[in-house]
Amino acid sequence: MIRKSIGALCAAMLAASSSQAAEKPKELVIGITTFLSGPASVFGVPGKNAADMMIADLNAKGGILGVPVRSIVIDEGAGANQLMSEYRRVVLNEKAEVMFASVSSANCLALAPVAEDLEVPNILWDCSSPRIFEDNKYKFNVRTQAHTGAEMLAAALYLVKNKPNFKTVAGVNQDYAAGRDQWALFLTALKALKPDVQVVAELFPKFGAPDYSTEISRIQALKPDVIVNTSWGGDLDTFVQQAAARGAMTQGTYVFPLGESSLERLGNALPAGVVIGARGDHYFDHPKHKSDAAFQDFVKRYREKTGSYPIYPVFHMSQAMSAMQKAYEKAAVDNKVPWPSKEQLLAAFKNLSFHGLTSEVSIRDDSQGLEDQLIGTTVRNPAFNFATLDNIAIYPGKLVTTPIGQKSAEWLTKIKSDLANDPSIELFSAKQ
Amino acid sequence: MFLQTVLLATLDGLSYGAQVFLVAVGLSLIFGVLRIVNVAHGSFYAIGAYVAASFGLLLAASGLSPWLSYPAMALSAVLVGVLLGGLLEVTLLRRIYGKEQVLQLLVTFAVFMIFEDLQKAIWGVSPYFVNTPLSLLGTVNILGINYSLYQLVVVPAFAVVVLLTLRYVLRSTRIGRIVTAVTDDREAAAAMGVDAAKVYLLTFMIGASLAAFGGALASGSTSLVPGMGSGMIILSFAVAATAGLGRIEGAAVAALMIGLGRSIAVYTAPEFDVLVPYLIMFVVLLIKPQGLFSVPQTRKV
Repeated sequence: MIRKSIGALCAAMLAASSSQAAEKPKELVIGITTFLSGPASVFGVPGKNAADMMIADLNAKGGILGVPVRSIVIDEGAGANQLMSEYRRVVLNEKAEVMFASVSSANCLALAPVAEDLEVPNILWDCSSPRIFEDNKYKFNVRTQAHTGAEMLAAALYLVKNKPNFKTVAGVNQDYAAGRDQWALFLTALKALKPDVQVVAELFPKFGAPDYSTEISRIQALKPDVIVNTSWGGDLDTFVQQAAARGAMTQGTYVFPLGESSLERLGNALPAGVVIGARGDHYFDHPKHKSDAAFQDFVKRYREKTGSYPIYPVFHMSQAMSAMQKAYEKAAVDNKVPWPSKEQLLAAFKNLSFHGLTSEVSIRDDSQGLEDQLIGTTVRNPAFNFATLDNIAIYPGKLVTTPIGQKSAEWLTKIKSDLANDPSIELFSAKQ
Repeated sequence: MFLQTVLLATLDGLSYGAQVFLVAVGLSLIFGVLRIVNVAHGSFYAIGAYVAASFGLLLAASGLSPWLSYPAMALSAVLVGVLLGGLLEVTLLRRIYGKEQVLQLLVTFAVFMIFEDLQKAIWGVSPYFVNTPLSLLGTVNILGINYSLYQLVVVPAFAVVVLLTLRYVLRSTRIGRIVTAVTDDREAAAAMGVDAAKVYLLTFMIGASLAAFGGALASGSTSLVPGMGSGMIILSFAVAATAGLGRIEGAAVAALMIGLGRSIAVYTAPEFDVLVPYLIMFVVLLIKPQGLFSVPQTRKV
């Protein structure tokens, strides 16, 4: 009898404690996985720089619910095993309450189940694979940005709308999981929008290839109307520089869905007329937000600190930070507690809407973020010593993101060509 | 049509093959003489590229003639090879000659990692691209395809110069004969009074300079990014192994085979692009386990 009642008491206490407030910590420790080494540090380091600046800003204003934030950064470049053990260490030993993972899709796919095991809220801040929530159901994972399906669909919609008369297309994409996924999804969307399109070449140069001589010769010989290249960082720079030096950049319409991150570095090599995507609505000269005081101030300070304009991982980091702050505040208000428990925090992420530096992002029931997509065409602008964007279209996240319960690879086969003229697409052009 | 494909693929593969050759021949030379598999060789490639790019940016900023970027490439190669290579040989490698190969691999791998961080500390992580050499020379049109003269002529020409010079030095000069003697039979050479320490240092500096020169040439046509050295070291191992470690002409033939193989793959079966260097290595080693140009070893009793 006594044993029974003690058991019941314990169970009741346990149940009560999980729905009650957690004790307010002295500091909120967060773990961020990002690339500090290897070629992808071209994204990882700007992401880390942005996190440092944003955490300093946040703490200057008193932190989250009065609790200062401290970040621990884990290098994704050290390899998957090292990353997983570091991730566990930061959660278990450093007592991180929230984790931010990762730049690489492969790392997100590996860490999402680890976060479930450790029962730690995990914000997927930058990785792009649609498989994370399409193939799995997760409780502790939430994504504060779009996925490849939305990004590629937006680029394909922009292409068929702005260059309606092309017939042939070639793909030059990095030979790794994301490069192949991006090309496959782009092509799926393109074939649905334009069933008569002819694919003349599908090339997969090695990741990190120093030489694209053969690929560029192929493009010159086949003369495709459209050339799609989803590569990024040094790979995209090398491709454009070598193609430009051989006069191949002006012979067709190039589509670079991740090109926003290379604009400034490419300087004079990138001609006008190239279709550029930004993995979301990320652009330092964003037509809707460039006059926001907070946006202007951040871009200016980021340039002073790093010497460059912010690129998309910076914006992705701002979205993740803002989502975390908003979720803590919402959970505290909803539950009338000074500091929410883990369960309360997770509940707050559901259907959360928040602002990074650019447009509002909202999180769906399946924990996938709905993020707007900005696509534009390069122009040579005398005010900058690199190509900038004009004829910009912003695709609402809701329009281009695969619906809940469907898989991108299937859903994209069913889209209709009138989607490209949807009235919810916002257009911005310097000429108007 | 077939001939045209082969011709175009040959032209496409030249530049890449030439760069790979320069790095691999240095690796091969070092192994031939020092009997050490130097993983840090990839770092000399990367650092040579970064130093050459820095010179290029300096030239552009100072307003001097852009043509000076070619001598600047040679200069940066020598600087990196002699200073950094020399330092590494004298302070570290000397202590591990003749030790277990696992130890040698671990030590040079550690050096590679340290150099990798050093590059990031000095040059940051953002890709560098100095396109002066590439844009300086313009293009030539062959069969309707535009080729850049830098990639088609300059880079392969430098590789040929290096190959011929190495051949001449190793065959016809005193120091070259000594190096060859050490490569072929170290003990006998030492017994004849060859100062091995001096030969080792010299060979290492030359080998490192060659890798740095490969990097310097690459800096004219490719982005410099963290981790670029690791990609190159893997490939040059494949070339050196295919050629037979220590074989100069073998490295040239193997590098050319890999360059051509890759571009023919892009024309005919793009899926195999990445696989080609290793397929070639696999086939060659299956038939000639010591490499294409290996000399039969006499068994010592």
